[in-house]
Amino acid sequence: MAQQIGQPVKRVEDKRFLTGKGNYTDDIVLPGQTYAHFVRSDYAHARINSIDTSMAEEAPGVIAIFTGQDLLDDGIQSIPTGWAIGDDMNEPPHYPLAVDKARYVGDAVAVVIAESKADAADAAEQIMVDYEMLDAVVDAREALNDDAPLVHDDSGTNLVFDWNLGEKDATDAAIEGAHHVTRYEFVNQRVIPNAIEPRSANGQWDAARDELTLYTSSQNPHLIRLLLCAFVWPDLPEHKVRIISPDVGGGFGSKIFHYPEEVVCAWATKQLERPVKWTAERSESFVSDAHGRDHHSVAEMGFDEDGHIVGLRVQTHANLGAYLMTFAPAVPTYLYGTLLAGQYKTPTIHVNVKGVFSNTVPVDAYRGAGRPEATYLVERTIELASKEMGVDPAELRRKNFIQPDEFPYQTPVALQYDSGNYEGALDKALEMIGYDDFRQQQKEAKQNGKLLGIGFSCYIEACGIAPSQVVGALGARAGLYESGAVRVHPTGKVEVFTGSHSHGQGHETTFAQVVSDHLGVPLEHVEIVHGDTDRVPFGMGTYGSRSISVGGSAIVKALDKVKDKARKIAAHKLEAAEEDLEFSDGEFRVKGTDRSVGFGDIALTAYVPHDYPEDVEPGLEDTAFYDPANFTYPFGTHICTVEIDEETGHVKLLRYVAIDDVGNIINPMIVEGQIHGGVAQGVGQALLEGAVYDEMGQPLTGSYMDYTMPRADDLPMIEVGHQVTPCPHNPLGVKGAGEAGTIAATACVVNAVIDALWDRGVRDIRMPLTPERVWRALHTGGDGALREAEPAA
Amino acid sequence: MAHSIHVTVNGQPRTGDVEPRTLLVEFLREDLGLTGTHVGCDTSQCGACVVHLNGTAVKACTLFAVQADGQEVTTIEGLAQNGQMHPLQEGFKEEHGLQCGFCTPGMVMAAADLLESNPSPSEDEIRHALEGNYCRCTGYHNIVRAVQYAAEKMQEREPQPA
Repeated sequence: MAQQIGQPVKRVEDKRFLTGKGNYTDDIVLPGQTYAHFVRSDYAHARINSIDTSMAEEAPGVIAIFTGQDLLDDGIQSIPTGWAIGDDMNEPPHYPLAVDKARYVGDAVAVVIAESKADAADAAEQIMVDYEMLDAVVDAREALNDDAPLVHDDSGTNLVFDWNLGEKDATDAAIEGAHHVTRYEFVNQRVIPNAIEPRSANGQWDAARDELTLYTSSQNPHLIRLLLCAFVWPDLPEHKVRIISPDVGGGFGSKIFHYPEEVVCAWATKQLERPVKWTAERSESFVSDAHGRDHHSVAEMGFDEDGHIVGLRVQTHANLGAYLMTFAPAVPTYLYGTLLAGQYKTPTIHVNVKGVFSNTVPVDAYRGAGRPEATYLVERTIELASKEMGVDPAELRRKNFIQPDEFPYQTPVALQYDSGNYEGALDKALEMIGYDDFRQQQKEAKQNGKLLGIGFSCYIEACGIAPSQVVGALGARAGLYESGAVRVHPTGKVEVFTGSHSHGQGHETTFAQVVSDHLGVPLEHVEIVHGDTDRVPFGMGTYGSRSISVGGSAIVKALDKVKDKARKIAAHKLEAAEEDLEFSDGEFRVKGTDRSVGFGDIALTAYVPHDYPEDVEPGLEDTAFYDPANFTYPFGTHICTVEIDEETGHVKLLRYVAIDDVGNIINPMIVEGQIHGGVAQGVGQALLEGAVYDEMGQPLTGSYMDYTMPRADDLPMIEVGHQVTPCPHNPLGVKGAGEAGTIAATACVVNAVIDALWDRGVRDIRMPLTPERVWRALHTGGDGALREAEPAA
Repeated sequence: MAHSIHVTVNGQPRTGDVEPRTLLVEFLREDLGLTGTHVGCDTSQCGACVVHLNGTAVKACTLFAVQADGQEVTTIEGLAQNGQMHPLQEGFKEEHGLQCGFCTPGMVMAAADLLESNPSPSEDEIRHALEGNYCRCTGYHNIVRAVQYAAEKMQEREPQPA
């Protein structure tokens, strides 16, 4: 049978999506369905004096109206965050519906449940909330001023944590003693993930069995169940709860977290004994889906006379919004500070991160989560340094790369990189883009008054999240292993249950390829089951590019257990010793003979054990949990070229080359698709996207009319190439590919624009690099003028 | 007050009693159970709800159901003919033009309208024609290739004029 791993197998999930038969949460209508509509604060910061629901209660179709107090009175607790940074993290409660104050525009204060969506929306307009407006704070640095309004009164401060990593004294000394220091102030602006499927939840209480089923558009249904039952609703027994995340229309991180609306739909259906469904309208998504990024940083990179990096000092303010979401504290710390070595031998690094509350939508993981912010900072800084020092940007990087024979490599910021060949990826990318030719073209273009630029991004990421003991020591409140279960049916057909969740990644195909090769069964005899806590034993879901490296490894472990048992049965049937058997193409064979038994025969024997080994149980299924030994470290080089229209400031992306090393590749078609999409999101942040608040905390980008994402005519074809350095510590040698594109692309594009404008005196332009900002930078020095960086604290 | 409407949907006569404010997409999804047509935004910008009205691509969130009274609507569920996938459906699968699948029905329906009027579009024409449809997963690279695939297949299958 042909090997499946490594082949661009067409996806088995496509048929249902292409014929309109996908099953997304909002598609599900249950008998007796009711509809929830949330009343959300129009103010960024306001005391809730009272909520008058009397008029709304009389409105047509209304079944019930609940406020935060109703949930509190019934024992509903705060939604916890999953990470603690330090022992004294400022962690005020996050109730599903705000009780005392509304803390951002979009904070839900009440819910109407009615017979139809329209009835619920109409009635919601008749709820009178008596708000007392309070001053709001939007910017993370301003939120730390002594006179800043307090987002959470009892905390006494808006500071969530003040976190340090690395050697401060050594780094200060290195920077002070450096031959050259490149110092810049970077803003990694707030962006909004915008999965095209709006979030949705549908709770169904079975009063006869006291059981809850919650359908929710989540990336990790088991984690939702755990958080709901262990923390938020302690009276709800976990074994009586089933969470189903059916087809999910994209996540990009924004569907990891346990959201208030899930709690409300789950709780309300028990009160009403009717199913309760909520689906966000897009403008509601803008103020209720967790946002991403929002860092303000000062970076100082020191070099010696030869251009070797001697140290990196970073000060970052991370805006976490009004509440701590599930992963929020980890994103600007352990997923950011630890990546600041990049691909370079930086002898000493110190980073200080201040996580800060503000009156804005909560911020949490968005595709890449911390690693794009780190890459942006490191790759912008080294690129600027190369220009300041008059060194070719590729050569300055090359000079500082960790070399292939230096792995495992311990960085000064906690991580131990397991493997890599950074120069290999750079060289491939240089060749693919035709670097020398482009530099020539650029010169000629300049003479003709055209502005061309080329930008680099040599990124590294820590994926395969995560070794439980390591992250536990760092403040994670959950383990980050994965489970996999393999059930072989009597007819030899195979069901595999994975705790990973696919919302576009194609697990139903990729994982089936792995199973097919391991058991020697045809791909079409394998079914991958995910997204249902009643069917899958346990799981931690999909984020941090972990599905194949952690989820896939758990499946391989379970397959090995099944194969071990099958070998025992085969040995019995063939009257041979187990060690004399070899397994290939779905058959156990006595070595050196033509005596063999097929996997299908063994499966049938396992369930019809008439002639069967004495010490073996009937049946053929097993479960495994896999806890990774280390993170995985995908890396690569992206290079792009741009042309700037001097008249309009428009940036045209001419070419985009991505060389990625994501380890072994199971399905190159799917991996390339992940890179394309990841690059598009990174380009989006660089050129188009940005969440904007006014000083009162009103979001000015609240719909697709004013928040711009890449459309088909904004992007070129993405030229993708691979290098393969297998991961040394998981059975498939895989690293993960979901985030690479996003991590690399933002710095790559901005570096290209600055390269085009360097001779015109432009050193930085705040993202997104809209035509207006680029034009101003070119013509007035306005937003693009060199900003004098403040020294890091 | 409910209005009675008669719409031919995917070749079948369908009737419904709808409020004046009911959107065509709500009628399709909620009254007819045709949930292949999706809603991704509330400002007519994402294109997840594109269907054909009398053979032309429209955003079903931008029309009231009553405006479709007496008209013909084709949704993604009606694109395959006699169990045979439309070349665009084939193309999206062959070229990995979809990931999460949520934008896909609208994207396919918009592309079908393009190929109807322009059977061999250039890459730029494809990108321009699809700029009303957001995809957050694919970066559009493979969507463009899927449309090119379909255009070639349709050219091969069309009997060329003598």
